Amino acid sequence: MKKITIDPLTRVEGHGKVTIHLDDAGDVKEARLHIIEFRGFERFILGRPFWEVPVIVQRLCGICPVSHHLAAAKAMDRIVGGEQLTPTAEKMRRLMHYGQIFQSHALHFFHLSSPDLLFGTDGSAASAFAAPREQRHVLAVAKSFPELGRQGILMRKFGQEVIQATAGKKIHGTGAIPGGVNRNLSVEARDHLRKDADQMIRWSKKAVAVARDFTMDHLLEIATFGAFDSNHLSLVRPRDGALELYDGVLRAIDKDGKTLVDGLEDQRYLEALSEEVRPWTYMKFPFLKTLGPQHGWYRVGPLARLNTCRFVPSPEAEAARIEFQAVTHQKPNNVTMAYHWARMIELLHAGEVIRDLLDDADLQGEDLVTQGPRREEAVGIIEAPRGTLIHHYRVDRNDQVTMCNLIVSTTHNNEPMNQAIMRVAQDTLAKKPEITEGLLNGIEVAVRAYDPCLSCATHAMGKMPLQVQVVDAHGAVAAERIRSHELDAP
Amino acid sequence: MTSSQEATNHPEKPRIATVSLAGCFGCHMSILDIDERILALAEIVDFARSPINDYKTFDGRCTVGIIEGGCCNEENVHVLEDFRKNCDVLVSLGDCAINGGIPAMRNNIPLRECLEEAYLKSPGVYNPSGTIPNDEELPLLLNRVYPCNEVVKIDHFIPGCPPPADAIFEVLSALLAGRTPAIAYGDLKYD
Repeated sequence: MKKITIDPLTRVEGHGKVTIHLDDAGDVKEARLHIIEFRGFERFILGRPFWEVPVIVQRLCGICPVSHHLAAAKAMDRIVGGEQLTPTAEKMRRLMHYGQIFQSHALHFFHLSSPDLLFGTDGSAASAFAAPREQRHVLAVAKSFPELGRQGILMRKFGQEVIQATAGKKIHGTGAIPGGVNRNLSVEARDHLRKDADQMIRWSKKAVAVARDFTMDHLLEIATFGAFDSNHLSLVRPRDGALELYDGVLRAIDKDGKTLVDGLEDQRYLEALSEEVRPWTYMKFPFLKTLGPQHGWYRVGPLARLNTCRFVPSPEAEAARIEFQAVTHQKPNNVTMAYHWARMIELLHAGEVIRDLLDDADLQGEDLVTQGPRREEAVGIIEAPRGTLIHHYRVDRNDQVTMCNLIVSTTHNNEPMNQAIMRVAQDTLAKKPEITEGLLNGIEVAVRAYDPCLSCATHAMGKMPLQVQVVDAHGAVAAERIRSHELDAP
Repeated sequence: MTSSQEATNHPEKPRIATVSLAGCFGCHMSILDIDERILALAEIVDFARSPINDYKTFDGRCTVGIIEGGCCNEENVHVLEDFRKNCDVLVSLGDCAINGGIPAMRNNIPLRECLEEAYLKSPGVYNPSGTIPNDEELPLLLNRVYPCNEVVKIDHFIPGCPPPADAIFEVLSALLAGRTPAIAYGDLKYD
């Protein structure tokens, strides 16, 4: 009978539209998150000289440009035979990357999601995420929770300053080059960052507490909201399985924690992963080949990383992880809304890593670039704020790119986001079969937990309308509503 | 909403609307890079439709509309026309809005080749039926990426990829104060 369309998705970076498909009995059969933008990076990058790639491809996304910059640079390191970076180069890149994790997680939590968590939590089960529209932005958070709002803004600023110190600019900088970096960290920049580092860690611990308390206070509602079991995938540190965001090996587990993939070197990602194309969205659907497209999909990002890693290699964040894991009795956590808590634990980890790195004299080293035997094909994988990011290139003898394959973080979470929307739609429409404000809000809250950079996923970025359409079993549109001020009648 | 309603619905505080079309959101991030100053800005303006809040459509006239990104599909064009209709002053923010930017690198390549590269040729793709996304929910892609000023009249241009936060703050301050923006030389970027 019906299809529900939601458009636009706000506070979700990028273009998105949702349709909900019902069967003859009126039950939700499928939910589709349509990514409606297409850029064509994989094609227009062909023919470009390889050294341009790290600065061009970061323009896929202005929210985590450093991830694309570094994933491409890691691939180009291998092209020039310089993957064994000098200590200065590797630590500069790590500092840049953890600076970006810090700013992006702060942005996502405070600027985009905290209104969902901080307002409207009046204790009634149906309304934990039902903040009134006037309050659903960071400025309202700053007004009602001035200290927290201001800290969120300053934490993002700190992360951006780390990026500026290592890449020259806060957005779309140039720090990494094939085989190394183009600068070290000046003593002035180091001292400037050092004086705020401890404050950032204190604030991060507070952010962990906010996310934890929200989760624990609404555990019943959160445990079922957009929740489903899934596999999980991320990089981990090769020797001990620790959380590792810059460079590691692939590890995947199932919903119970059973190992599906372990120790897979980044260059061999195609042995484990494939991507399905579906006609109704520009975003592909990755899956583990051993399990196939039906059952092989998985989650990535903060929640998946805390599930796959054996521990977090910094003391305060590890203590937070142990507390997080106790809730699920050391089993993988499959709860969508737990992403927020996991994200804040990673924020704390990034703060600790930054503080420790700033004490490392290698950052003032002079040996910046290395190279070796030339290669024609290479893969660079990094854990971006939103999850595993894969760049794969071939480069010919004229230095021109001849093949480019990008699997961005949000793409890995494609099926999980569709699943989360379907769960929310099933729960909401079962109670009241019409497009309500609660349905619209619930879908957005669920999607936002995944922190999708839809712009990245389309190799683009865009605006964020959410339009819901209900489609019946015969394909006719039964109801349609654009989330808007006027609340046009469906 | 009719135009007469719009005319009577002029709010007391100046209102700012923002949108990202075929951009990367970096320009919006640069807006946020004004950091604490956004709290002061929020005292003197209201944010209307913008990706950082939950207002998805116009509900009255806006003083300033800020556009990031050019137009790569029919929907971008409709949104941009809607901004022109509802905003007194339109600002093209950043290189994509001004000249198409990196997405316009596809302009000298047939669109079909771009789609085939992504959905048919990429290694690891599982696509037994040779599907290229094509659905009524997907807006039509334009033959090329267009700068905003080729679609509607644009009043101000702030260059850069992205423009520095200080340049954005100066332009907003000037427009709200009714004076001509004076961007410092060092904040005029063409990367």
